Amino acid sequence: MTNKPIKLSGSSVNVWFGSKQVLKNINVEFPRNQVTALIGPSGCGKSTLLRSFNRMHDLSPDARIEGEFLLEQQNLYEKGLSVTEVRRRIGMVFQKANPFPKSIYENINYGLKINDVPKNERSEIIENALKESYIWDEVKDELQKPATRLSGGQQQRLCIARAVALRPEVILMDEPCSALDPLSTLKIEELIVKLKKDYTIVIVTHNMQQAQRIADKTVFMYLGEVIEAGDTHTIFHNPKNELTGNYVKGHFG
Amino acid sequence: MKLGVRESIDKSIKLVVKTTGLLVIAILGGIFFMLLWNTIAFFLKIHPLDFITGTQWNPSGDPEVYGILPLLVSTCLVTLGAMVIAIPLGIGTAAYLSEYASMRVKSVLKPMIEMLAAVPSVAIGFLGIVVLGPGIADIIGLSNGLNAMNGAILLAVMALPTIITVTDDALHGVPGTYREASYGVGASKWQTLIKVTIPAAGPGIMAAVMLGVGRAIGETMTVLMATGNAAAFPKGFFHSVRTITATIAIEMGEVPYQTTHYYSLFAIAAVLFLITLGVNLTGEYFVNKFRKYHSA
Repeated sequence: MTNKPIKLSGSSVNVWFGSKQVLKNINVEFPRNQVTALIGPSGCGKSTLLRSFNRMHDLSPDARIEGEFLLEQQNLYEKGLSVTEVRRRIGMVFQKANPFPKSIYENINYGLKINDVPKNERSEIIENALKESYIWDEVKDELQKPATRLSGGQQQRLCIARAVALRPEVILMDEPCSALDPLSTLKIEELIVKLKKDYTIVIVTHNMQQAQRIADKTVFMYLGEVIEAGDTHTIFHNPKNELTGNYVKGHFG
Repeated sequence: MKLGVRESIDKSIKLVVKTTGLLVIAILGGIFFMLLWNTIAFFLKIHPLDFITGTQWNPSGDPEVYGILPLLVSTCLVTLGAMVIAIPLGIGTAAYLSEYASMRVKSVLKPMIEMLAAVPSVAIGFLGIVVLGPGIADIIGLSNGLNAMNGAILLAVMALPTIITVTDDALHGVPGTYREASYGVGASKWQTLIKVTIPAAGPGIMAAVMLGVGRAIGETMTVLMATGNAAAFPKGFFHSVRTITATIAIEMGEVPYQTTHYYSLFAIAAVLFLITLGVNLTGEYFVNKFRKYHSA
């Protein structure tokens, strides 16, 4: 496997919620145009780590974050850097599909308005985002329909389209398939693999098969620490650490 | 205990509970028919059209005149004024409580707002006579401050707890995932509140407003004390007015039994009943819509 340049990285990352330390001295790197899976048992800090990168913890008053987060050369927590800018460059897809209670069109338009995209460019961007997320054919005739009437899988693809529409460089996905049936999951996975041509993708997943199907790299976390990171194949078939081996074989989790 | 005894206790309890339930319906029906009955008696003497369109209320004059318009306009004026003040204040406070306030501020503010609802209306009316009324008179330069504005401000204070509490609940009912989605595309807290959270809580906020309106329309003691009680046609916010509720409260005690005047008070009470019924039904409609929308 060729080594691609590093797109996103965190070094010496420590995160506390109140007095509880959730992430302990974490160093991670996410290569450009690759899919990296974060795996590990519930509560190990995967989502917390993921959310540190687009500064979703800014709104939790009891969160304390240390460490250096870099998007290429840009320090994501630099003073004076607006969080809007960070989130435009680093998009996010959540665990439960969360379209706004608005029309399909307006769901994507919202982010464009927030980011001051000129009005006359919007409908083209929206169409492209929907095409890129492979949902265009299913919704093109009913863009004014409330997004909440779509199926779960369609909603999640719409949420991906919402993220993609802002042309981010990185897309963070927090267990995007955990609430979906196998067929919808398959569609999302195909989509993720196609998207990595244009984006760097970091995905949290509890599904070992999913990680093996779509991820180039895998990071295994346990109790707030990174235990092992490397090529997905190595992590699953030839792990260096015994804990990793036990987890990927399903001995605990 | 023997099985037979237990069963008979069970049966009698069921009967008691059923009776109390039916009693409520019977009382409501009774009130409704009493209103209706007396209103019909009134309309046999005074033409409904004269009643609805009459611009003068003077039951003790010669001839007696029964036009509901001055009272109705007074009620609407005071309620409208109260809502203009209370709706933005209430929604603003609720938004602060649910989106911005820290736990410590919340733990102080919420009980205080609920305490505001516990202040007796007569105490608020008293405040209107001795503090707010003279204050308004001073600022505007009137001889006395017992006018529609005085009543509107006091009613706004009284409607605030209802509006704040229900709006706060509605905002809390908006799933956190909506906010996350909005932050996720780069929206600020304010943008999220205005463009996502408040619209999503819309039906709940409408219900809050309707409940506030209902509270203001039906309030009697405060407006009776604070608005001056001039039965003339209201000329504006800084003139004395007399609402439907205050008129009934003032005149019912002195009116001779079963005269046209006596029946007329039932007629205006029936109008009030129809208005509050409409407001409550609208509020209920929005509450249900909000509930359905979130259980979906």
